[in-house]
Amino acid sequence: MTERQGHVSGEGGPPRPIDKSNEYVRIENVTKRFGDFVAVDNVSLSIFKGEIFCLLGGSGCGKTTLLRMLAGFEAPTSGRIFIDGQDMEDTLPYERPVNMMFQSYALFPHMTVEKNVSFGLEQEKLPRKEIDQRVAEMLETVKLSELARRKPHQLSGGQRQRVALARALVKKPKLLLLDEPLGALDKKLREATQFELINLQEKLGVTFVVVTHDQEEAMTLASRIGVMDRGEIVQVGTPTEIYEYPTSRFVADFIGSVNMFEGRLTEDEPNYVRIHAPELSCAIYVDHGISSAPGAAVWAAIRPEKIELTREEPAGPDNRARGVVKDIAYMGDMSIYLVKIDSGKMVRVTLPNSVRQLSERISWDETVWLSWDPSSPVILPQ
Amino acid sequence: MKSRSWFRRFALFFGFAFLYVPILSMVFFSFNNSRLVTVWDAADSPTLKWYRALLSNDQILGAAWLSIKVAAVTATGAVILGTLAGLVLARFGPFKGRTLLSGMTTAPLVMPEVITGLSLLLLFVFLEQLIGWPQGRGFATIVIAHITFAMAYVTVVVQSRLATFDDSLEEAALDLGARPAKVFFRITLPLILPAILSGWLLAFTLSWDDLVISQFVAGPGSTTLPMVVFSKVRLGVSPDINALATIMVTIVGLGVVLSALYMRRQERRVALEMQMAKSEK
Repeated sequence: MTERQGHVSGEGGPPRPIDKSNEYVRIENVTKRFGDFVAVDNVSLSIFKGEIFCLLGGSGCGKTTLLRMLAGFEAPTSGRIFIDGQDMEDTLPYERPVNMMFQSYALFPHMTVEKNVSFGLEQEKLPRKEIDQRVAEMLETVKLSELARRKPHQLSGGQRQRVALARALVKKPKLLLLDEPLGALDKKLREATQFELINLQEKLGVTFVVVTHDQEEAMTLASRIGVMDRGEIVQVGTPTEIYEYPTSRFVADFIGSVNMFEGRLTEDEPNYVRIHAPELSCAIYVDHGISSAPGAAVWAAIRPEKIELTREEPAGPDNRARGVVKDIAYMGDMSIYLVKIDSGKMVRVTLPNSVRQLSERISWDETVWLSWDPSSPVILPQ
Repeated sequence: MKSRSWFRRFALFFGFAFLYVPILSMVFFSFNNSRLVTVWDAADSPTLKWYRALLSNDQILGAAWLSIKVAAVTATGAVILGTLAGLVLARFGPFKGRTLLSGMTTAPLVMPEVITGLSLLLLFVFLEQLIGWPQGRGFATIVIAHITFAMAYVTVVVQSRLATFDDSLEEAALDLGARPAKVFFRITLPLILPAILSGWLLAFTLSWDDLVISQFVAGPGSTTLPMVVFSKVRLGVSPDINALATIMVTIVGLGVVLSALYMRRQERRVALEMQMAKSEK
């Protein structure tokens, strides 16, 4: 997949270049066991200076444990962690050049906003004047100057989130760890905060490692995403790579929704492949080669938005199916169609609602044709 | 379900009467002018003469002063040890013998006082023979004995406070560069202080009350207030004892009420903070 990278970044992914020469965190074969339970299983990973790296996965996939090992709250059972070239094995949490923003924010309830933010600087034994100045600047940055003397319980959720961020950033860490930073905010606020977070990160040039279970959050925030499943990193890539070129069924399923067709490779040429899928009356034709033996069992994954829905029969022998619309979910900006194709399989198709007139739209129980571009299917090994 | 039938009213009244009539009658008779405890002298009552009599009774004043000192030192010692035990039990994670240790810390709550007292007495006598300390029995032995049982209460209070304590607060402080000792004094201690103060008041009250264990481990010249009351009552109830008992009940009552009120206020605040955190979700 590496040869596609130039192509990928041109596809409207975040315009944040990753400087791969500048490795800041290196995780080498790290395993963490709690008794018999393997929380993190032989993970190796490089995180580069100035990027926002998202660890994405469901609950219990080990993403938080990995983050806590970076912070120093858990020690790896085996393997090594390097931050800025230094082995972190014997470095205690309070000695690491790393700060963390906790999921619960962990604001000190008995201290004012100001005291919360200055706590970290006081530990560095800086002169009072410098502390006050840096705290004031940081509160200015996160727009909390007016609330400096409030206690955490007098703040709203969004304000608390910003205090937590200010408290972690005021120490000017090289690496900031964020555990579900937006998890406790409502949807509207979350979207606004996402962009604020990206702006702040670009302004301060801090490397972010974000843990999240929310794929949308990961897609908007991250320069790269590491998808985790059962303690392992299953794929690392830019949001576009992860979405458009998943390397496993798990990733394809986990990020967004996808239609999976089981099939067998019939023709395998360097510049195209053809797949026989029993659930379709025709073959799936893909306009690029894959590295798999002919006859191999594969999954063909097609995203719902990459399928076209027409009343007319599409041209060409391949990449098509006939079906009946069984269900429509109107989401405002787009509609989700569930189409039962001739083999009985349900296929999910999303269409943007670009026209307003209802009469022009395909409706329930209509017989329709599905078709897709030869570049759309992703072929995954079974 | 919420009907206030006559039966429920009666049960409520009777229940409280059962608990408090004896104490109220004692308080009532402490203002009686008559030397006879059970005969109300309507002509000259109420009077404070028994309270005045107490103030000139050196034996009782001395015992009261000793009791206050014992209770204060006990409460302080119990708070230190109990907080340590509570911290270990709440924070050490699962380790071998955790249940045993936790059970053993709270065992003095249910141990018969006679047995606690007797065993401590034997230990003190044995230690004196072995290493010459403690020399005789008095203030020190009473305090040690009181700490052993008062500590259990503090442990329970502190442990239950720590159980609802968000661990990530301590981690956040560590993460911000504070060493563990600093984290304890700047973060943990201020936040569990209400529980510790409440434990202190409780320990003070328990020590102030104690008769049985003190009887075993007290020596000549170290008579606590409950011991004085008990020995005086054996010679017959006199009205000044009513006055003394009223004062003691007041002190104990204040201690318990203050500790309960303080705890409740803090708990409400915590509950409010948690609720606010949730409502912002």
